[in-house]
Amino acid sequence: MKLTVNGKSHEIDVEPEMPLLWVLRDELNLPGTKFGCGMAQCGACTVHMDGTAVRSCVMPVDSVSGAVTTVEGLGAPAALHAVQAAWVERQVAQCGYCQSGQIMSAAALLQKNPAPTDADIDEAMSGNLCRCGAYPRIRAAIHDAAKRIRAA
Amino acid sequence: MGKLADIARRTFLIGSAAVVGGVAFGVYKVRQTAANPLLDDRRQGATALTPYVRIDGRGVTLITPRAEMGQGIHTTLAALVAEELDVAWDSIRVEHGPPAAAYYNRALVEHNVPVSDLDHSLGAEAMRGAMGVMARLLPMQITGGSSNVADLFDRMRVAGAAARFALVAAAAQKLGLPAAQLKTDNGSVLAPDGRRLTYLELAPAAAGIDLPASPPLKPREQWRYLGKSMPRVDMVAKCTGTATFGIDVRLPDMVFATVRMNPAKGAALVKFDATAAKAMRGVLKIIELPGGVAVMADNTWRAFQAAQAVKCDWAEPAYPTSTAAMVEAIVASMAEKDRDSRLRDDGNVDKALAGGTVLEAEYRVPFLAHATMEPMNAVAWLHDGKLDIWAGVQNPTAARDLAAKVAGLDANQVHVHVVLMGGGFGRRLEPDYVVQAAQLAVAMAGKPVKLTWRREEDMAQDFYRPAAVARLRGTTAARQVQALDVRVASPSVAESNLGRIGLPALGPDRLIIEGAYDQPYGIANHRATAYRTPAGRPVTYTRSVGNSYNAFFIESFVDELAAQDGVDPLNMRLALLTHEPSRKVLSAVAAMSGWGQPLAAGRGRGVAFHLCRGVPVAQVVEITTSKEGVKIDKVFVAVDVGTALDPRNLEAQVQSGVIFGLSAALYGEITFAKGAAEQSNFHDYPVLRMQQAPRIVVKVLESGGPIRGVGETGVPPAAPALANAIFNATGKRIRELPLRRHIDFV
Repeated sequence: MKLTVNGKSHEIDVEPEMPLLWVLRDELNLPGTKFGCGMAQCGACTVHMDGTAVRSCVMPVDSVSGAVTTVEGLGAPAALHAVQAAWVERQVAQCGYCQSGQIMSAAALLQKNPAPTDADIDEAMSGNLCRCGAYPRIRAAIHDAAKRIRAA
Repeated sequence: MGKLADIARRTFLIGSAAVVGGVAFGVYKVRQTAANPLLDDRRQGATALTPYVRIDGRGVTLITPRAEMGQGIHTTLAALVAEELDVAWDSIRVEHGPPAAAYYNRALVEHNVPVSDLDHSLGAEAMRGAMGVMARLLPMQITGGSSNVADLFDRMRVAGAAARFALVAAAAQKLGLPAAQLKTDNGSVLAPDGRRLTYLELAPAAAGIDLPASPPLKPREQWRYLGKSMPRVDMVAKCTGTATFGIDVRLPDMVFATVRMNPAKGAALVKFDATAAKAMRGVLKIIELPGGVAVMADNTWRAFQAAQAVKCDWAEPAYPTSTAAMVEAIVASMAEKDRDSRLRDDGNVDKALAGGTVLEAEYRVPFLAHATMEPMNAVAWLHDGKLDIWAGVQNPTAARDLAAKVAGLDANQVHVHVVLMGGGFGRRLEPDYVVQAAQLAVAMAGKPVKLTWRREEDMAQDFYRPAAVARLRGTTAARQVQALDVRVASPSVAESNLGRIGLPALGPDRLIIEGAYDQPYGIANHRATAYRTPAGRPVTYTRSVGNSYNAFFIESFVDELAAQDGVDPLNMRLALLTHEPSRKVLSAVAAMSGWGQPLAAGRGRGVAFHLCRGVPVAQVVEITTSKEGVKIDKVFVAVDVGTALDPRNLEAQVQSGVIFGLSAALYGEITFAKGAAEQSNFHDYPVLRMQQAPRIVVKVLESGGPIRGVGETGVPPAAPALANAIFNATGKRIRELPLRRHIDFV
């Protein structure tokens, strides 16, 4: 089976029903994408498939039909994506475990909608849980990131 | 302040006594002692100045003795040391220290004695002092109870100042100048003639200097990091997926494992059939554990699948197995035979109640799961006669000792590497998952094993926040509370937890009644009685512990008393408060929220005050009601931390507490059938999501009193302030959590 992740092509030999999450984490050693619930309830596993946010914990790897981007492929500490830069500026993360998924959901939202309203943010982010309750800062950081993207 | 300074001096001497006792700070001398834990795994060419500061070729590393679980403690502790050591913020690295006696948590253990956080009487101080000794004898390196800052505010600054003193003294020797003529500047010592010696080049000589016991600390006016909002040291890593949580630890040749335990936690496994599971792809080994089975495989998901394929026959637990039976046991314990404490008995409650119109109410709260975002996990590797463990733990000393026991090793053969936690909330004070990982490491000797729990296992195998029942009676006179009698029954989390880590529970468990007996309300006739329900299903500490329900009981009931007399509930509390910083936070929240100004039809507001871990906090919740249900619009919070070290982080912690408290208030509930939790994942154990999160405005006050942490403070008042707002908007008084049992939310 072939899989393109963060611009790199991989040949993998796994069961077709293995969720993409576990291919990323255990087979490709990309631990930035997190395991939270295993049933698309918390959003910690969110990645992009051709730019759209998907929950990798319930996506069988053989149903992956496009290029996958994980948080590691979105930006790097020395080259932050606009969303990551806004997150750092607003000091959003607390425990930080959900933030890979939050950031991937936010980046997908902004790619489609560069000027989201609070209601747009609620809708796009409703699948991402944060037990530390960083929601107020997540919302503020998404508005900031939108400004950064529009100004770029 | 005299007392604080004295504690700092004594605790610092404990921390580095062997160093001082060794005459010199010399790296070779110190290597022979055990007191400075950095020397266990000290790198070649590194110099350890005090247990908190290491200087090596990569620069200055601050060793934090407490675990990072989201509360920002690594950043604040780094700022405390950096402030006095005088190093540039971007040159600092932070590492978690190994389990060691030098890192024990004195403030937390002191907190658990049955005296109020505001009680500074001689007896109370003596009791705290005795517990401090206990902590020293039973070294517990605990992260919890909002105790970090109180415990380490002086210790970390003294560590930084002492290390700076030694570096300056070393420079003075080298330059042949008196130390008084030298200054420090961002990691270097500066001579008057402009010569500059870096800390790195001075470190070896500095290690030979005797450390001062109480070096002078900077006055607040000179602070450049403390009191400022510092960029968190873990922020960039957490925003780029490069932070390593326990679940992310990867070692060469690693085995991926999971467990499946009796959902009636603690009960036995009668028999199991793993025939089908063993034949599944990637499965390496299946073993029996006390109360369950473990599957080792070449991929976590394969381990998950195989564990579900094992047929298990579970034994019944020895404790009540249904919610109804568990609550019945709690109600039944509200009797003299199970009385645990009466920590407040002011005036004559019985007489006062006999003389007035008595308001009586019963309140109830359910069991709660911690539901950290990162499920429980640990990596363990038995090799070369020692056991290495990587895990997110709030009590690494207990994890080490219990893991050593099951592996048949001495504690000094076990090395716990504490990694970042994807949430703790008290759950990670219980090292059951670490013990399991150690057992798997023994079974796979030579190979590192990563144990990961499925979310369903995490929910089922939690040590829950226990349910509690309260009965309250009160009277008013002259439009003020005249008598308050509160009785609270609940299982003891301290008894449950300490039993598991092999420590005796000492005396009454104040946690059952904390937040109900210790509030700074000047009620003439006030009695608080706790009843300890006989131990049932294992339970443990949860963010703000007893405060999490006692604030709901007291603050709802005070609201009822105010409503009965038609008195403004905020003004009634203001008149009751005897503690000036508490009055100030309540006044502040009144001003912030425009308390008293009329609201539109369908809207409502409620207030709650609470003193939690010595921190007064007041919240006003504003809601809108409609056909669809209640919407929480805004929460205003005022809090007094004594001294605010990092305002932006304090705001985050308080907001976090409010959301955590609201999640529990709206939805949080674990119920049982056949001893097993009926909730398994976030679909049936919901927590607040983005669209439900209110705007939260936080004001941090500084009375200048003892410094306090706020990891828990935001939690307790959230539920009663919301319930009071619902009463204000609808006239409906809800005396049971979760609120959604009685009202819909948008």
